[in-house]
Amino acid sequence: MTAKTIRPAGDAAPPTLHPLSRRIMHWINALAILLMIGSGWRIYDYYPALPINFGFPYAYTLGGDLSKSEALNNEDGLANALGWHFGAMWLLVLNLTAYLVIGFVSGHFRRDFLPLRVSAVFLDFIAALRFRLAHRLGEYNAVQKLLYWGVLLATIVTILSGLSIWKPVQFKELTWLFGGYEFARVVHFFGMAAIVGFIIVHVGLAVLVPSTLFAMIVGRGPHRHREHRP
Amino acid sequence: MTRLSLERQPLVTGIERRLFLRQTLSLGALALLTGCDISDQDSVQGVLRFMSRWNDRAQSWLFNRSRLAPTYAESDVVRDFRYNAYFPEDAVPRLSAADYRLELSGLIADKRPWTLERLHALPQESQITRHVCVEGWSMIGKWSGAPLGTLLEHVGADLTAKYVGYYCADGYYGSIDMATALHPQTIMAFGFADATIPAKYGFPFKIRIPTKLGFKNPKWVTTLYVTNRPTGDFWPDRGYNWFSGL
Repeated sequence: MTAKTIRPAGDAAPPTLHPLSRRIMHWINALAILLMIGSGWRIYDYYPALPINFGFPYAYTLGGDLSKSEALNNEDGLANALGWHFGAMWLLVLNLTAYLVIGFVSGHFRRDFLPLRVSAVFLDFIAALRFRLAHRLGEYNAVQKLLYWGVLLATIVTILSGLSIWKPVQFKELTWLFGGYEFARVVHFFGMAAIVGFIIVHVGLAVLVPSTLFAMIVGRGPHRHREHRP
Repeated sequence: MTRLSLERQPLVTGIERRLFLRQTLSLGALALLTGCDISDQDSVQGVLRFMSRWNDRAQSWLFNRSRLAPTYAESDVVRDFRYNAYFPEDAVPRLSAADYRLELSGLIADKRPWTLERLHALPQESQITRHVCVEGWSMIGKWSGAPLGTLLEHVGADLTAKYVGYYCADGYYGSIDMATALHPQTIMAFGFADATIPAKYGFPFKIRIPTKLGFKNPKWVTTLYVTNRPTGDFWPDRGYNWFSGL
């Protein structure tokens, strides 16, 4: 057993919550996800995968001005969206791979996202609904842990279903796994929807607790965090 | 041990609704800013084109010449296959079977044009495969015809060359990589749905390539050529990816 070092409270520099590598990967991921979703929405609109009358407002899609595409190329604005999608996918996948490798090797996942217990998720969820859930910088509550695992899973499913749409011949086994070409598009859509759901909660909470946003930019909290530990 | 949430000191006590609203609004403003789409700027276009060329290389590396596109049962074939071109159906080229000649050019030893009768004499086969459009729709159809590779071998084409290009009666043009041209499922489809291919689907033939997106399946083909130089290509010249493999 090592003795605990007692630091004088208040005057020590706040601890680093997010190392530089993680912050860089976070913002690269944010950019890549925005590019993928924006362009993906336009691609969806050209031939919706769902059998319902639903489309994304043109202004929220990525791919440039429609009339410019028409004038320049006699092309209706899909080429740019596809260009973004198949360009940004490399950024997304390479960055995510680096994040996963570093996350496992450094112990970030084990330390910060585990253990995850059903009872803890339940209690923390109830507390969150009553606005009674504390947010300690650098420490993840059970609901957060669940959300991070969830969005990681959704991202991986979306990438794999995307690969199966992109290459239904070269990766035909993967396409088969996702229920064939047409159904893989539906899976890809709902994977995106799950990620968007996460982003809404994630950004909403960052607005509620701006110190988390601060920490993801400079690496540490705005001031030393006083915690009540029993 | 589960820590009780009640012990926790809520940081977000006394959220002022107005503050929250204001912060949300500024976030919304930020989101609107991203709406100033930069896609049309020259520098961005350059990046997109660079990535598209990178994807050409990646797809060409990924392409496996012996890997077959999935095939389907007769019952999967759609009955009313979609007509698709960049002009209306009444404008499709109507070529005469008797006058038709397939012109050959480029790195080909025997460049004598082929009549339709001679093309039909090549060994033929059928396939039921999925046609996948770059827009996202897909349809299963049945095509019959002669492998393009058989013709290329027959006329002494340089099979080590990089590209096989095509010109079509409607002004359409483009090219595919040699590996795809020699793929066993790449056929000159003289037949569609167990009948002669009709004008609207590409009579006298469409190059049916189930390992490529639909727009790389040219109809009303009048000229084939073999070359080592990158060629023009109708939709890639308008910003789409050249390789467009599946």
